[in-house]
Amino acid sequence: MVPAPRGYPPGDPKAEKEPVTQAPSSARQDEYLGEHHVYEPHKAGLPPLVPYFRELWRRRGFAFELARTTMHAQNTDTVFGQLWLVLNPLLLSAVYYLLVDVIGGGARGKDPKSFFALLTSGLFLYYYITGAMSTGATSVTQGGRLILNTSFPKMLLTVSTVYTAFRRYLPTFAVYLVIHILTGQRWGWHMLWLVPIFAMATMMGLGLANMFATLQVYFRDTTSFLPYVIRIWLYLSPVLWTIDKIKESKTGLYHVLYTWSPINPMYGILGAQGEVLVDGRSPSWDLLGYGLLWSLLLFVGGSLLFMSRERDFAVRL
Amino acid sequence: MISLSASELVGAQATPGPTAAAAAPTGVAIRVQNVHITYRTSLQKNPTLKSAIVRLGRRERVIREVKALQGVTFDVPHGKVMGVIGSNGAGKSTLMRTVAGILPPSQGRIEVNGRVSTLLALGVGFNSALSGKENVTLGGLAAGLTRAEIKAKYEEITAFAELEDFMDMPMRTYSSGMYSRLAFAVAVNMDPDILIIDEALSAGDAHFKKKASDKMQELVSKARTMLVVSHALGTIKELCDEAIWLHKGKLVGRGTPEEMISGYTKFLQVGEDAITLEDF
Repeated sequence: MVPAPRGYPPGDPKAEKEPVTQAPSSARQDEYLGEHHVYEPHKAGLPPLVPYFRELWRRRGFAFELARTTMHAQNTDTVFGQLWLVLNPLLLSAVYYLLVDVIGGGARGKDPKSFFALLTSGLFLYYYITGAMSTGATSVTQGGRLILNTSFPKMLLTVSTVYTAFRRYLPTFAVYLVIHILTGQRWGWHMLWLVPIFAMATMMGLGLANMFATLQVYFRDTTSFLPYVIRIWLYLSPVLWTIDKIKESKTGLYHVLYTWSPINPMYGILGAQGEVLVDGRSPSWDLLGYGLLWSLLLFVGGSLLFMSRERDFAVRL
Repeated sequence: MISLSASELVGAQATPGPTAAAAAPTGVAIRVQNVHITYRTSLQKNPTLKSAIVRLGRRERVIREVKALQGVTFDVPHGKVMGVIGSNGAGKSTLMRTVAGILPPSQGRIEVNGRVSTLLALGVGFNSALSGKENVTLGGLAAGLTRAEIKAKYEEITAFAELEDFMDMPMRTYSSGMYSRLAFAVAVNMDPDILIIDEALSAGDAHFKKKASDKMQELVSKARTMLVVSHALGTIKELCDEAIWLHKGKLVGRGTPEEMISGYTKFLQVGEDAITLEDF
């Protein structure tokens, strides 16, 4: 005698909605659900998006827990660990300030105090985005066994690294606020613009993390190139120089930089943040536009790339 | 030589036996319909951009297409234990991962009704720098359990694995036996409707083996559905109600464990060419 199926008492709606021939369209909704799963070939390599993101949201606890344990393992949750998180970027800004303003003879177009505020805020946000990118790049290859053994939306891994980057960014932002006071920058309602700017930075960080995590599966030396990419990208972004400064140049390298800046994804976001924090005003629309465009583009592009290659992860690791 | 095609097998299964009759729509725990799995994999252990660039001029191919499963069809009724046998590379592990939803099929359809817990060849714990406790929690969260569910099961898992003193230590300090004990404890204690086990019953020492086998019997008696891969044919005979035999990605046969095992053993002895698999 066949025992009664567990979990499906007679009359259970779940049990009744399992006809032999289920319409594929409704069945596709069920890939990640707890009790009833249907697995079918992915259309154009992409998993069904609505259940994917619903499940990503439902399992967000994993991303937070992974970030927490990772930070615990790296000792960043101790007093000195936190102190190092602050000290490291602060020392870095001191180095760049020395390089640009003192040795470089003031490539700033602003007074030294304001330039220092601009430099630190830009540097901190830049390292938030690229930090998410570089730790996100290894998240899938390091997820090894979990990916081979468990069915879950793999984007949880990159989301987790972005959250780690956020947790590391927070103390540096607090440090910036102190610098903001010490250098006498303006406070006001315009600072609310930081929220959408930060949201754009987060989207861009996740998009880049997805993109490089995928590349890393196919080319395991991707992360060896990343430090160079990050360094060069920093020099091309409005962190060590100001947009005002390069705007003035009609010839030379600065002029070339200014002409091509819109194709730098960091240009809009960092420029807009600079205007809010140091110029003390709402950001100009063109900078916001570039920022939004690039963050959307990288987020959608990176995520689609990641999801379309997700099936491969289980056989390539 | 295999001359039995997938369609013939489907046809063979269309005449329902006593078990198939019981497997009315709601009674089917796992239904695998004409599933094909094809994937491309790199022959290199560590594919790098550098080697890809170096290779450009040589026109060397390092990508291989693997047809791991080719038109496999079967179903497992609720409460039945299905064994899967076959030689290395037959596609058994791929089949397990497909049913677990880790590897979506290239063609065909898989339906699974019930909560699934997997005990696959690679075990639990994806990060050896993290403690056993953290790995169990993370594994559970990734699998979609809530914190409360994991907490409720946690004591049971550690007690079953007999690792109470080790759970806060990084998993890199564990012995391989401890690894597999923990993996087994997690899989069987998650209260699954369907348990998918890939070659993992040889966990730990003699004492734990006994415990594991008792637990398996308990789960069987509680009418849990199971899909078991094992090269230990004795285990298959002991645990399973039915068995399927895979060879090179194709389903060779389905029947009682005794039938399949005797066919498979005969096949192993005489070799591939001397026997026509149509006999089964």
